[in-house]
Amino acid sequence: MANMSLKKNPMPAQAPDERNKNFYEVTFGYTAETAMDEARRCLHCKTKPCMGGCPVHIRIPDFIAKVAEGDFEGAYRIIQESSSLPAVCGRVCPQETQCEQKCVRGVKGEPVAIGRLERFVADWHNANSCDLPVKAEPNGHKVAVVGSGPAGLTCAGDLAKRGYAVTVFEALHLAGGVLVYGIPEFRLPKAIVQKEVDNLVALGVKIETNMVIGRVLSVDELMQEYGFEAVFIGSGAGLPRFMNIPGENLKSVYSANEFLTRVNLMKAYKEDSRTPVLRAKRVCVVGGGNVAMDAARCAKRLGAEEVYIVYRRSRAELPARAEEVEHAEEEGIVFKFLTNPVAILEGENGMAAGMTCVEMELGEPDASGRRRPVVKEGSEFTIGCDAVIMALGTSPNPLIKNTTEGLQTQKWGGIVADEAGQTSREGVFAGGDAVTGAATVILAMGAGKSAAEAIDRYIRGKEENK
Amino acid sequence: MYKIVKKRELNPTVTLMEVEAPFIARKAEPGQFIILRVDEEGERIPLTIADFDRDKGTVTIIFQIVGGTTERLNHLPEGGFIHDFVGPLGEPSHTEGLKKVAVVGGGVGCAIAYPVAKKLHAQGAEVHSVVGFRSRALVILEEEFKGVSDLFKMMTDDGSYGEKGLVTDALKALIQAGNSYDEVIAIGPVVMMKFVSLLTKQYGIKTVVSMNPIMIDGTGMCGCCRLTVAGQTKFACVDGPDFDGHEVDYDEILKRASTYKEFEGKEREKACNLFKKADGLQNG
Repeated sequence: MANMSLKKNPMPAQAPDERNKNFYEVTFGYTAETAMDEARRCLHCKTKPCMGGCPVHIRIPDFIAKVAEGDFEGAYRIIQESSSLPAVCGRVCPQETQCEQKCVRGVKGEPVAIGRLERFVADWHNANSCDLPVKAEPNGHKVAVVGSGPAGLTCAGDLAKRGYAVTVFEALHLAGGVLVYGIPEFRLPKAIVQKEVDNLVALGVKIETNMVIGRVLSVDELMQEYGFEAVFIGSGAGLPRFMNIPGENLKSVYSANEFLTRVNLMKAYKEDSRTPVLRAKRVCVVGGGNVAMDAARCAKRLGAEEVYIVYRRSRAELPARAEEVEHAEEEGIVFKFLTNPVAILEGENGMAAGMTCVEMELGEPDASGRRRPVVKEGSEFTIGCDAVIMALGTSPNPLIKNTTEGLQTQKWGGIVADEAGQTSREGVFAGGDAVTGAATVILAMGAGKSAAEAIDRYIRGKEENK
Repeated sequence: MYKIVKKRELNPTVTLMEVEAPFIARKAEPGQFIILRVDEEGERIPLTIADFDRDKGTVTIIFQIVGGTTERLNHLPEGGFIHDFVGPLGEPSHTEGLKKVAVVGGGVGCAIAYPVAKKLHAQGAEVHSVVGFRSRALVILEEEFKGVSDLFKMMTDDGSYGEKGLVTDALKALIQAGNSYDEVIAIGPVVMMKFVSLLTKQYGIKTVVSMNPIMIDGTGMCGCCRLTVAGQTKFACVDGPDFDGHEVDYDEILKRASTYKEFEGKEREKACNLFKKADGLQNG
């Protein structure tokens, strides 16, 4: 019997006033009973619109049916066919614009909580199953993956399952890319990322950390000297963007990448951390994406009394995941919409003392289809703050572009690749933020998955033509 | 893990380590740097490559003990291991086409200036080296510099060795004596690089300085190492570390470098106490 409740089962969470002082995960996840109850809200429509909204096409109604039956391991196996990182995606995917947006139950009431169910299934598997991933029979072919973020890990996993000998090259000392340096512990516990990486290693994937491709080895060397038949570039987003306004290089002005890397990768939130981070009392975060939300919520947890999100458009245009905005507001983050900084003021010792802003109005839609913000004349005002975090996106890292001859890039630096990930160089594939510019974890995973298929076709094609 | 094959104390606060890192040794060029973590809990710090041996597969670093991390690094023995060692990072120094160059090194910056002087010498350029230290006890790499220099000037602040005075005094004298340099390469404390650049600007001599700001990833991701060059924001890790000395905003760099001074002092104290305690346990 279907559960006809118009509302999703709520997911228990730490109280806002408590969680904004610690780095433990915000939400606790469903219990088995709640998960089964929620799963019964699925109507199992014939057309399966939800699957069309999923960048990796998880067989959503099928896994939900298994959850409803209480066969959680069966549900996990279905998700695993399509997704290498279910525990991650259940937490960080923008479901409201993907699978859940297409859910028929959303027409009248709330959609089925697909993301929460995915998370439940993955967590249940990680806690209860001791099945080790089964190594595929080696097919004798070698593939290199550059970058161990969501695109690289997915591509590596899919290739390893097909029998390829895969080596992942990571520039940092730890695998995971944005999942470890960017997304905070309270939203995506690092133990979960490590578990996913361990699963890949169990599948036979080799991970080489401290290897900056483009410096220590070039893509050409990987192919010519080390015998990799194909290379996947998933090197991710690159240098942070700034606004070029006065005061941007003051001591207490961070890029979100720097602030989050200090806090997440280097664990500066822990008292005994050897990597420092400034603990400001009043913080302005500039930007409206997930990264801005993460930075603001970290600043709050580090003890800031006032944290502002300064965004030049209105609430409707916020690119962040709905749940993150909601959580941020609950935790006391103050949103300053239609506000744009024009200068950061210098206080004592080269620290920031405030940010001068102007009010904005929304004009005609721009190239992105969103209404373009225009400055309201004479609206200048100042927000007092002692630190500023710029979360304005990134431009691609130039290292691989500059050292790989014949690799075409866009004017703004992104690598040119087709839907399957094929670049202008034979045997070289790319996907994720390195191709699209800053986007989401799941889109990067989708790109890694398509590229794995394309690499498999490419190598098998070469084999057959021998 | 990266093995320390040789460790040598150059002076009481400066140590040389030769580290097994064959991949980096194959590609390293003067002017580039590495990032290391001493152990699993360590912070990431950048250190410029002082030398490399492609055949042996080793990279040499020379560091001054200034904070907790360098204190811990200095405590690792020969034969011990550094947890993470990544590079070569940054753009190599440009030496092509240079025929006559003044290389100015200050303090531990000489460790970075030396490989550049060596490369220039190897390519047949006339190298005039001017090195400066606070006092005789802090002098490093004297013989090495002499071996690659057509002219060598030693300066100390207190006159305890070489000539008393600043590197800028010696450089000015050389320029006034009629030496015409294609380029001046200055590597040392920010203040020294600033004053060398102010001097050479008067004479219109192209000057290159090497920046060593605070970094985290060092690969072009975090943006911590940004500085202003000719009014534009640049990133030392991918655009540098070498920049046009006449265009760099030194005052901004000095401010940014002091961001965590208090923390660094405490960290060093913590590291020192830890080692004292450990030594005490061993000896007691």
